[in-house]
Amino acid sequence: MASRKTTQPKRDTEDKYSILLPTYNERENLPLIVWLLVKYLGESGFNYEIIVIDDGSPDGTLEVAEQLQKIYGGDKILLRPREKKLGLGTAYIHGMKHATGNFIIIMDADLSHHPKFIPEFIQKQKEGNYDVVSGTRYRGDGGVYGWDLRRKLISRGANFLTQVLLRPGASDLTGSFRLYKKSALESLVERCVSKGYVFQMEMIVRARQLNFTIGEVPISFVDRVYGESKLGGNEIVSFAKGLLMLFATT
Amino acid sequence: MLQGSYVINPRRAELALRKAVWRPLKTIKSRVSLPQQVVGRRRGGTPHSLSLTTTTMTKLMQWLFGASLLGGLWALVSFDLLDLNLPHTYREVAWPMPLYLLVSFGCFSLATVGYRVATFNDCDAAAEELQEQIREAREDLRRRGLKV
Repeated sequence: MASRKTTQPKRDTEDKYSILLPTYNERENLPLIVWLLVKYLGESGFNYEIIVIDDGSPDGTLEVAEQLQKIYGGDKILLRPREKKLGLGTAYIHGMKHATGNFIIIMDADLSHHPKFIPEFIQKQKEGNYDVVSGTRYRGDGGVYGWDLRRKLISRGANFLTQVLLRPGASDLTGSFRLYKKSALESLVERCVSKGYVFQMEMIVRARQLNFTIGEVPISFVDRVYGESKLGGNEIVSFAKGLLMLFATT
Repeated sequence: MLQGSYVINPRRAELALRKAVWRPLKTIKSRVSLPQQVVGRRRGGTPHSLSLTTTTMTKLMQWLFGASLLGGLWALVSFDLLDLNLPHTYREVAWPMPLYLLVSFGCFSLATVGYRVATFNDCDAAAEELQEQIREAREDLRRRGLKV
C-alpha cells in the first residue's frame, strides 16, 4: 500500500514498484518489453508488478497480454483494459487505482524506453528521497537513436524555449519515462488538464509548484517509430499552444 | 546637457524614485516567493493555497512585471522622465539597450541550441543492444509458450 517513506525506515522489502504500461496496438512490442522488465527487475530483486492498460487495441494486444500473464503469473502481470482509446492521463488514473506499489513507474511500451534504467531510477530515488525521478535525454550520457538533424533541432529548440519560459528545474520535460511516489503521482494527475506532450510537461511544472523534489537520470531513447510518423506541423502547433498555456497559468 | 527651468529638489527626486521603484520591488519580492507555497487548482477552478499570506505569480506575470520594471527604468533614463539631468553618456548608452539585449539574447539562443544539437548524444550502442535483446527475448518467449 502507500507507505509514507518519511515515517518508516527504508527497507527494500517495504517498497513495491508498479509499472504502468498504457498500450495501443503493441502486440509485437508488449512481450518484448515485459520480458525486459522481468529480466532487469527480477535480477535486481525488487518487488514489482506490471499493469497493462490496453485501450481496446484492434490488433489483439490484450490477447498477447493474457498469454504473458499465464507465463509470468497473475501477481506480476495485471491486466486492466479499457474499451477504447481514452488518453494517457486517464490511463494513469485507471492504472493507479489498481496499483499495490508505493512507487509508480510510467514508460512507453514501444521499446523506446529501456527497462535497464529502472534500477538506476530506483537507486536515484533512494539517494535523495525524491518525489519524482525523470529520465532525461538531454543531460549526462543521455541521448537518442534514430533522429535526424531536423528532429534534433526541433527537440533542442523546443526544450530551450521551455527552459527560458518556464524555468522548470528539470532538463527533459516532454520525456515520459519517470518514477513517481504514488502519493505524488496522485496529486499531480488530479491537477493536470492537458494532453499529449504537454501533459508530461505539465506534470513536471506542477510538481515544482507543489515543491516536489525531482531527480534526473540520463537515459537512452531508441526511437524506432520516428521514421513512420514524422513530427508534423500539427504536433508543433499543439506543443506551442500548450507551452503558452503553462506559461500563462503556472 | 538639458537646462531645466527649475531647480531639482534632491529629496523629492529620492522620494519619487522610492515610490516608483524600491517600494514596489520590495512588495513584489515578498510576494513572489517561487516554489514556497502552493496555489493549486482542482479541475473546476476552486483555488486552494497552503499559505494565506502570499500568492505565487505565474511566469507570465513575472515576465510582465520584470519587463515593466526594466522598461520603466529604461524610459526614466532615456527620456529623463524625472528631470534628473543625468550626464548625456547615460542616455546615449541606455537608449539602444533594449535592442542590444534582444540581439544578444538571440545570438545566445542560437549558440546554445546549436551547441546542444551538435553535442546531442547518438545512442548507437543502445540500439544494437536492443536488437540483440529482442532476438534473445523472442527465443525465450517462444520456449516458454508464447504464440505470436
